[in-house]
Amino acid sequence: MPEDSGGYESHHYDVVVIGAGGAGLRAAIAAHDAGARTALVCKSLLGKAHTVMAEGGIAAALGNLWPEDNWQVHFRDTMRGGKLLNNWRMAELHAKEAPQRVYELEQWGALFDRTPDGKISQRDFGGHRYARLAHVGDRTGLEMIRTLQQRAVALGIDVFMELTITDLLKDGARVAGAFGYWRESGRFVVFEAPAVVLATGGIGKSWRVTSNSWEYTGDGHALALRAGATLINMEFVQFHPTGMVWPPAVKGLLVTESVRGDGGVLLNSQGKRFMFDYIPEFFKAETADTVEEADAWYTDKRNNRRPPELLPRDEVARAINSEVKSGRGSPHGGVYLDIASRRSPEFIKRRLPSMYHQFMELAGVDITKEPMEIAPTCHYVMGGVEVDPDTQMSVVPGLFAAGEVAGGMHGANRLGGNSLSDLLVFGKRAGDHAASYVQALGHQRPQVDAQALSAASEVALAPFAGGHGSENPYGVHQDLQVVMQDLVGIIRTEHELKEALDKLSGLRARSGALAVEGNRQYNPGWHLALDLRNMLLVSESVARAALERQESRGGHTRDDYPMSDPYWGTQNVVVKLDGHDLRVERQPLPKPPPELAQLLEEGH
Amino acid sequence: MSRELLLRIWRGDASGGDLVDFVVPVEEGEVVLDAVHKTQALHAGDLAVRWNFKAGKCGSCSAEINGHPRLMCMTRLSSLPSGPVTITPLRTFPVIRDLVTDVSFNYEKARQVPAFSPRPEQPVAPFIMYQQDVERSQEFRKCIECWLCQDVCHVIRDHEENKPHYSGPRFFIRWAELDMHPNDGLDRKEALQDTQGLGYCNVTKCCTEVCPEGIKITDNAIIPMKERVVDAKYDPLVRFARRRLRRARGTASSATSQGPGHG
Ligand code: SF4
Ligand code: SF4
Ligand code: FES
Repeated sequence: MPEDSGGYESHHYDVVVIGAGGAGLRAAIAAHDAGARTALVCKSLLGKAHTVMAEGGIAAALGNLWPEDNWQVHFRDTMRGGKLLNNWRMAELHAKEAPQRVYELEQWGALFDRTPDGKISQRDFGGHRYARLAHVGDRTGLEMIRTLQQRAVALGIDVFMELTITDLLKDGARVAGAFGYWRESGRFVVFEAPAVVLATGGIGKSWRVTSNSWEYTGDGHALALRAGATLINMEFVQFHPTGMVWPPAVKGLLVTESVRGDGGVLLNSQGKRFMFDYIPEFFKAETADTVEEADAWYTDKRNNRRPPELLPRDEVARAINSEVKSGRGSPHGGVYLDIASRRSPEFIKRRLPSMYHQFMELAGVDITKEPMEIAPTCHYVMGGVEVDPDTQMSVVPGLFAAGEVAGGMHGANRLGGNSLSDLLVFGKRAGDHAASYVQALGHQRPQVDAQALSAASEVALAPFAGGHGSENPYGVHQDLQVVMQDLVGIIRTEHELKEALDKLSGLRARSGALAVEGNRQYNPGWHLALDLRNMLLVSESVARAALERQESRGGHTRDDYPMSDPYWGTQNVVVKLDGHDLRVERQPLPKPPPELAQLLEEGH
Repeated sequence: MSRELLLRIWRGDASGGDLVDFVVPVEEGEVVLDAVHKTQALHAGDLAVRWNFKAGKCGSCSAEINGHPRLMCMTRLSSLPSGPVTITPLRTFPVIRDLVTDVSFNYEKARQVPAFSPRPEQPVAPFIMYQQDVERSQEFRKCIECWLCQDVCHVIRDHEENKPHYSGPRFFIRWAELDMHPNDGLDRKEALQDTQGLGYCNVTKCCTEVCPEGIKITDNAIIPMKERVVDAKYDPLVRFARRRLRRARGTASSATSQGPGHG
């Protein structure tokens, strides 16, 4: 029962899950099923989380189309796609458990597209050796979130919608709860809970060209840092190769990889299928090197290698970037993605209905008749909270993380389709282990400290204090996006990263003088002012980690260190907060046991 | 290419409010939501509005644009008649602030839906189901929960008193989806009629017209469900609607002939 004490509404739970996308919902279901009193908290209405936007599918070695597929191959593809920087144990658990998690969705009512013999159909995607993605047209994320949402509702899990958590509460070293406010009324809320699961997604709203929504402000990353947890791999940010570029209002909006999986090709302004010029050594053996072989692959996958358009995302994004820079781009600074000349209008409308719709409505382009204009867009952060691979617990007892906010699973680059499966596999693990952590505590439950509460409410109310500040949060946000876009983008250099750090410290200073108008009732200006605190901290983490890693690998490309360096292949960059300052350290990467290491060999 | 646009946005809260004029610069290709965001950034930082991806996929940004329920992110400014653009909150739901309404009605109705429950013949996934059998339910699962159909449905639009016993078109398709799920074992028809108010719907099709996902709410869900619930001869509306539907399609075989008792 909510009780009122000194201006706070307070609630008591065993497990509080922050974020109601795929990972948060799955974690809440797991914690509830394990007997924990569970609350699910989200910034938006239920069912609006970023998972909705995932179009392609859920990667799981079901073997429905290719009996040769199995967890070992999925593991290998994931690790190679991640440039071997993944936490091997997470990649192993993910590959092994993804099929059960997909079947579970079907058990709860999901309706995947079917094979002719009535099984779940699977589609091809970049970096996956076999057709592996369970899907529903191009709206798989929506199907997944609805299924989980409906399951959570049927189980009667308590959901706190439109509630933003601004700080975690601790008792000594342990988590003791979370502090936040209702977006609707601005009223403060305290959750007393010994276990908190972060499932807040990513950080993309700090870049100008992004596929991410306003919610993606790195809340979980920042909450974790401030609570004393560590982040790893923050330098690895995925720029999805295909975002819309025109009209400007939709710049960055995602164009699903399924367009390429279903036959779409990339062309430069000279009409050349340029990806053949960008096949890296590492993927030569498994990639077609002629147009004939690439085209034959769509109908005969056994005897042909994959088209280079289906290389992992980092390779494709860099290739597009370099074509545009060399003056072979399209009028609006992208390249062409053409499926119109390669597939029938019926095929396109059936396989890619949302894309057809999206281009028709927003750009006035009929993708069954004309090519699309696309360029890379900030999409996903591989880096995140450092967690134990089995339990998803961070270095802070009681603090768990799952999904995009957790680091390690995807290494230096994530394969398409591995995100939805990641949410399910590690969402469930985080929920299970959060529940058993609380159970093991018995009566040794942490206590919330009253002083911490007043500190948290002071921080939250600062933008209203006025008097000493006149900065507009919208203006600071726009400037932050320019810094990250221009100086911490796809291609980085030491010089620009240092400049970015300078500018970020200037923005940090300005953010101390934010002033917002209006009152606490549903006030987006205030909400943004509070989110900015997180965005700035996380942006600085990315810039610092990017400066530290002096090599190019996956989602981190340094113009001044263009090659991968074997030394760096053994190191994680760790970021933590020390007082008010971020510190960067190196930490050796765990090595896979021999039987798994051997799966990673070329040609295996 | 940039021009000035006059927006009249309803501002206020549960206690009342009014249209307020704002002038913002707009560019080619922009949508109504862009103009609202510019209003926030330039004139009214505290203007309340819901949105998530600006891509027509989350169903967050529903409002009434010049009186028509639409998604603000999918309404291009160039598609509207010249002159001022008026934006008001959804009328069927109580206002919280500015363009944000209290849509908890929908979440309550969602809780009343009996969950999917597999048939005893195939109790545990993976299920064998065929594409042609899942397709009908898949259409309804495209729903992005924008609540535009709920907003436009006259049974609750100006009739607060109907809300307790009427779940509305979004939930009719949800019930229909489960009913048409090839491996669902529950019989939901009577509950749909008795507790969800299917009988109040008089098939005006306004819901279908506003659905941004193009879901044929009336033809593919409501009418077949009405048919499944009661024999057509006791519900003249169904007969009427079916006749219209057949005329529109120019064929006698339609979705309405799929219910039991009509085969
Ligand atoms: S057809 Fe029925 S559900 Fe749809 S708007 Fe009309 S009365 Fe409402
Ligand atoms: S059925 Fe259509 S109009 Fe109704 S909530 Fe769903 S998407 Fe919106
Ligand atoms: S913002 Fe998502 S539908 Fe408009």
